[in-house]
Amino acid sequence: MQALYAQLLVGLINGSFYALLSLGLAVIFGMLNIINFAHGALYMMGAFCAYFLLNVAGIGYWPALIIAPIVVGIFGMILERTMLQWLAGLDHLYGLLLTFGIALIVQGVFQNYFGSSGLPYAIPDELKGGMNLGFMFLPIYRGWVVVFSLVVCIATWYLIEKTRLGANLRAATENPTLVRAFGINVPRMITLTYGLGVGLAALAGVLSAPINQVRPLMGADLIIVVFAVVVIGGMGSIMGSIITGFALGVIEGLTKYFYPEASNTVVFVLMVLVLLVKPTGLTGRAA
Amino acid sequence: MSALTDDTLPTSPRAIRDEMIVFAAMAVLLGMVPATGIYPFFVMQALCFALLACAFNLLIGYGGLLSFGHAMFLGTAGYISAHALKVWGVTPELGILAGVVGAAALSVVTGFISIRRQGIYFSMITLALSQLLYFIYLQTPFTHGEDGIQGIPQGHLFGVFNLTNPTVLYYVVLAGFLGGFLLIYRTINSPFGEVLKAIRENEPRAISLGYKTDQYKLLAFILSGTIAGFAGSLKVFVAQNASLTDVHWTMSGEIVLMTLVGGLGTVFGPVVGAFVIIAMQQYLAGFGQWVTVIQGVIFVACVLTFRRGVIGEIAHYFRRTL
Repeated sequence: MQALYAQLLVGLINGSFYALLSLGLAVIFGMLNIINFAHGALYMMGAFCAYFLLNVAGIGYWPALIIAPIVVGIFGMILERTMLQWLAGLDHLYGLLLTFGIALIVQGVFQNYFGSSGLPYAIPDELKGGMNLGFMFLPIYRGWVVVFSLVVCIATWYLIEKTRLGANLRAATENPTLVRAFGINVPRMITLTYGLGVGLAALAGVLSAPINQVRPLMGADLIIVVFAVVVIGGMGSIMGSIITGFALGVIEGLTKYFYPEASNTVVFVLMVLVLLVKPTGLTGRAA
Repeated sequence: MSALTDDTLPTSPRAIRDEMIVFAAMAVLLGMVPATGIYPFFVMQALCFALLACAFNLLIGYGGLLSFGHAMFLGTAGYISAHALKVWGVTPELGILAGVVGAAALSVVTGFISIRRQGIYFSMITLALSQLLYFIYLQTPFTHGEDGIQGIPQGHLFGVFNLTNPTVLYYVVLAGFLGGFLLIYRTINSPFGEVLKAIRENEPRAISLGYKTDQYKLLAFILSGTIAGFAGSLKVFVAQNASLTDVHWTMSGEIVLMTLVGGLGTVFGPVVGAFVIIAMQQYLAGFGQWVTVIQGVIFVACVLTFRRGVIGEIAHYFRRTL
């Protein structure tokens, strides 16, 4: 039973990353109509940013949790201003191709300097050790990742669904021209939205640094799984992305316990099943 | 949504004449390669990828479907052909047939699943399916995991053509490429191809005209996957191995890049693109991961400033379709 709970926890942690990343993808797709293939590379940049802050500037985990998403978010906003904005009005596929190119560049540069092996990032002192919950041993850092991701996801959901800013954002998604007529700066809003989505990816990167080590290709395979998550959940609903992300993480964790051979593939198999039964995805509207 | 290509003109007799002239020139030039002393291995490899990119282009350029998983057909056909040749010891023609049939079967299944969604979702689904296959091939014993299947015997095609002779092999690969190319060309200019273009331009309208668009898309997908598989089987004889790199998503990305560089939706673009990218990899092989970076830069540059690709720009300049 211990092993089962441990795998469930690993599943919840992976689910946190799926949720944070698919949430960012959904937010970006809503505003920019672009599937951000660079999301995995930006997640990796978040982790590297934390690593540099610690090893170059001596800045620890807690400030990195805020600084890294901001730095990578600004990098994302520069990408949006200099490249992505020129794709408005073109077929969606060009956005996918452009961001794929950006991902190749970013990952290639990091691979040149850091190879493919992992760099260690220590767990902060406050979160070291673990608790005995009676039925299992819970490493505190892992518990923290799950709880904190959940809080961030719900905060993002609240920002978009319940605040005035979010209302403007959703309105601009539906009809940008009309929203501009009301005097709202839609291009700036698009840039900030991309920054927000990218910041969420970088945050996930910082959170994963102490667990998964910091590697140039850490986001490359992950983003494909997240795409499958997005296909399953659909990108129409923020809450849908969050729930699907966590649920698939847990299912993957269970598979690791009951049938480890399939743990790499279970998300893709589920995607196939969902497509056969309900082609629009669980929460999505028709594409 | 703007169309991917600006070739909305119906196929005119003049366009067909132009394309026939270019095709003849291409066939003659490629036929002369062994006489020039150019390293035939390089050209053979490029021809396999050119056919692969043409198959991919059939889907994106004429059906508007961007497959981000076409490496799965290359790799699957490669593994099956390699296994048949090495372990079962079949003749080359049967080895190719086995690979092509395998790729066709795979494209029926994956096509049925992936055409259930359109646009960007279609791309993500094909990518996810090819990643699924990658993990399966990583774990099943017959692919030999990270090592791949190596030292594949080339044998005699139809019992006559000795494929261990580089010149003979070159002409066999060239014949395969030209045959596949003509099949794709014929498809594009058939009534079936016209319906595909109609679906690309405006699917709801094609449906309202009574076309069962899903069947057309599925058939295009199967055709594309099967020809991609044929390219994969040919490549086994050239490289004499089948490995995981052929199923990896980076390979799918390279196929997209070749077609984009040459020109999406142009007849000859994918061929030019394949030669450009393979040549680049050859010359920059010593630069390690910088090749990836350069590929990324080409992607970005093409999308931002050069969306028609090499052939698309030339055709646009002369106001022709090529």
